[in-house]
Amino acid sequence: MTTFTTSGSDKKGCTTTMSIKRLRTVAALSAVAALALSACGGSGNGGGGDTGGTGAKNEFNASLTQVVNPSDKKGGTIKMAHSDDWDTLDPGETYYGYAWNFARLYGRSLLMFKPAPGKESNELVPDLAESLGVPTDGGKTWTYKIRKGVKFEDGTEVKAADVKHAVLRSTDKETFANGPAYFEAFLNLPAGYKGPYKSKGVNTDSAISTPDDYTIVFHLKNAFGGFDYLAQLTQTMPVPAAKDTGAKYRNTIVSSGPYKFANLKAGKSFELVRNDQWDQASDPNRKALPDKYEVALKVNADDIDNRVISGDIDIDVSGTGVQPASLSKVLTDPALKAQADNATLARLWYTSINPTVPPFNNIECRKAVQYGMNKVSYQTAYGGPFSGGDLATTIMPPLVPGYEKFDLYPAGPDSKGDQAKAKEALTACGQPNGFTTNMAYRSDRPREKATAEAFQQALKPIGINLTLKGYPSGDYFSQYAGNPPFVVANKIGLATNGWGADWNDGFGFLSQIVDSRVIRNTGGSSNTSVRIPEVDKMLDAALAETDTAKREKMWSPIDKRVMEEAVIYPGVYAKSLLLRPKNLSNVFISEAFNMYDYLSLGVK
Amino acid sequence: MTTPLEVEPGRGEDPEAVLQGMPKIEGRSLGQIAWMRLKRDKVAIAGFVVIVLLILMAVLAPLIVKAIGHPPNDFNQDLIDTQGGTLAPLGKFGGMSWEHPFGVEPVNGRDIMSRVIYGSRISLLIAFFATLLSVAIGTTMGIVSGFFGGWVDAFISRLMDVFLAFPLLVFAIALAGVIPDDAFGLQGDSLRIVLLIFIIGFFNWPYIGRIVRGQTISLREREFVDAARSLGARRPYILFTELLPNLIAPILVYATLLIPTNILFEAALSFLGVGVRAPTATWGGMLSDAVTFYTMPHFMLWPGLAIFITVLAFNLFGDGLRDALDPRSR
Repeated sequence: MTTFTTSGSDKKGCTTTMSIKRLRTVAALSAVAALALSACGGSGNGGGGDTGGTGAKNEFNASLTQVVNPSDKKGGTIKMAHSDDWDTLDPGETYYGYAWNFARLYGRSLLMFKPAPGKESNELVPDLAESLGVPTDGGKTWTYKIRKGVKFEDGTEVKAADVKHAVLRSTDKETFANGPAYFEAFLNLPAGYKGPYKSKGVNTDSAISTPDDYTIVFHLKNAFGGFDYLAQLTQTMPVPAAKDTGAKYRNTIVSSGPYKFANLKAGKSFELVRNDQWDQASDPNRKALPDKYEVALKVNADDIDNRVISGDIDIDVSGTGVQPASLSKVLTDPALKAQADNATLARLWYTSINPTVPPFNNIECRKAVQYGMNKVSYQTAYGGPFSGGDLATTIMPPLVPGYEKFDLYPAGPDSKGDQAKAKEALTACGQPNGFTTNMAYRSDRPREKATAEAFQQALKPIGINLTLKGYPSGDYFSQYAGNPPFVVANKIGLATNGWGADWNDGFGFLSQIVDSRVIRNTGGSSNTSVRIPEVDKMLDAALAETDTAKREKMWSPIDKRVMEEAVIYPGVYAKSLLLRPKNLSNVFISEAFNMYDYLSLGVK
Repeated sequence: MTTPLEVEPGRGEDPEAVLQGMPKIEGRSLGQIAWMRLKRDKVAIAGFVVIVLLILMAVLAPLIVKAIGHPPNDFNQDLIDTQGGTLAPLGKFGGMSWEHPFGVEPVNGRDIMSRVIYGSRISLLIAFFATLLSVAIGTTMGIVSGFFGGWVDAFISRLMDVFLAFPLLVFAIALAGVIPDDAFGLQGDSLRIVLLIFIIGFFNWPYIGRIVRGQTISLREREFVDAARSLGARRPYILFTELLPNLIAPILVYATLLIPTNILFEAALSFLGVGVRAPTATWGGMLSDAVTFYTMPHFMLWPGLAIFITVLAFNLFGDGLRDALDPRSR
């Protein structure tokens, strides 16, 4: 999620096209690296299975680990609002965490993340499939059995061919340019295959075969132990070929979930109403409590906050947290604060220290930055402990399985920088009086600007003078901070950066930012500073490991090895402040999405 | 009850005696008359005083800020509510205190007063030089166009039309984005300042050019020009010695009114993020930073007030100057 806006509004201004280009090249370089997509998504999650229990008190952070207002009462309308347009409702292309969270209301993917609060939500459970995938051929072939009796809104039964069509159409990146690109990277598709619209009648059984109506088999180019994560993508939500209208399907979606579309006004609003063809008996995850969902689009972001506070709107559907304007209002009013949750995200805001730019080619000079920077001012630049996040000392955030806490460069007792150590490192580097270098940031992101200013302030006392250079975020990685020749020519010693994975997984989190093979001279990569051959080998070894527990233990050493080279300055583990809906039941935060689980909500 | 009328002091005196104490009436030049009129215009004088104070503030900014003791880019994060998480300044009214009379910025706690003072340097510098550039180009083009007429006039007038039709703001944003960090032997803030002076100054000349052209056309047929011509004066002499002094008044007035426009334009460009780069303080940039914190109005108040006062002062002075130099236009 390099492309997440960090701006005050924290709107997800994500340019996923970039990530797809990146992914494609990565896949071409080494099929291995393909898992690590940078998108704006959270991950797919499952519906309300066992969310019962006594429930939690309405207090600050109550729904992080527990269900608030548990209830089985049906009926009512849930009102949602979005400050922007939906990226797209088409399950084949949508690529935002909130959209994946929401899509489960109108579509059923093969698997989903368990709809449960806290850690449990990272567990994959079957949805349209009867069980998790069965790997054969050492992880190169994955078989799923589809539930019988699941119906589309028009009454026809969902068959394996509908899932196959859905996956194949999503690989057509000319039609669905912004969608995730995992399937075309992993599936053994015929050479030159361009999706079912353009490559009509091409036999695709080498990639996906359907031996009978209720069995679907995926054939991969290389073994991939984590394929179940792909099976939970919205791209596996069935699409009937007869009713597929290509790029226009986003306005004519055929539902397979408990709700179907009504009154869809593109770019303005839409509603979900009950789909009478959906059968509770076929669905162990969803409760489908409310009768209706109303979603308003392009509503002013500050207005949304105020209306959520007043109870006029239930949820800000984008799930990125309150606007800066509401922040102080929420935090200073005890009643409002009790109505808020401070969700942790699997995202790191960091700064690259480029060893290609002298004097940072000397590790001691890089260490001087690690010691000298005031970590608290980094956190403050990002919005402080609540809307910014926690002080980071590692690359992997605590939410990612395999995370281990360590701190190679303690920044003094108050985390405000250790000037003595920094001076020592500078002397060891042969620059006892400091030096001058440049720092890049995305000029349209106030938080990155504040970060760059914080670096400038913190490093001045030890003699490192920074000149700040703002670049537009749209081309930040392709033209500027992610373009190695530009970095060298313009002496970009430091560059603000950020990363989050599509789902909580060590490989997805690390590989795009620490694998040196993703760096391309033409630019476009989030990794601008990490070139350690040993780390590349460690990543390959970890991916080849099929045992999940063993694999998860292999991430932290990689993290540590990168930190030893001091080429990344970890700033904050991101957090967001969410307003809990007042009038809804079954409210809890899913760690898979880092926002409220939209599947289980009901009206009080 | 009747009381005798008290004679007011001075009333009963001899009219001649009153005149005796007065200075002798002398002939006065146009400049003196204008100055007298201007002096009588209290509002314009107030504007002038404010302008002088502003210029002094800009010139002496380093000394003033040294006296205050808070450099404009220094963080004071101990004055910020980082624990509560609101990042607002601690204390009432945006952290206003004797130490920080205007309060401090949210997030990083920079002293707003020093930043406003330093911001005046950028605003005034750019506005003055951009105006100077516009006036120089505009006057030359206008006087040449008006005096020579014919195809020269046609060409320059069409050129003015082209410049006036230019989408200036869009062009400014594009140009400021395209220019690299090092260009024309300059870099950093000095490059941005020169660039802004060029953009703002270069595209504003047709306004003043048109005024000068119109005035020149009306002047060139006047008797004193004819007289000079018949005495064999060369064109440059007529242009710069006969015509130009008579154009000073409108040029001066227009320049004074152009400065505030340019201050606003510079603020707009800084607001849009294409002005001078962070962390250098500019009024427009401060306003832009303040937008995300609109619940803390003090942050927006001070730079906004600074722009408001500056622009008002220039406008009032400019108006007064016009009234003084050219009372007919009242």
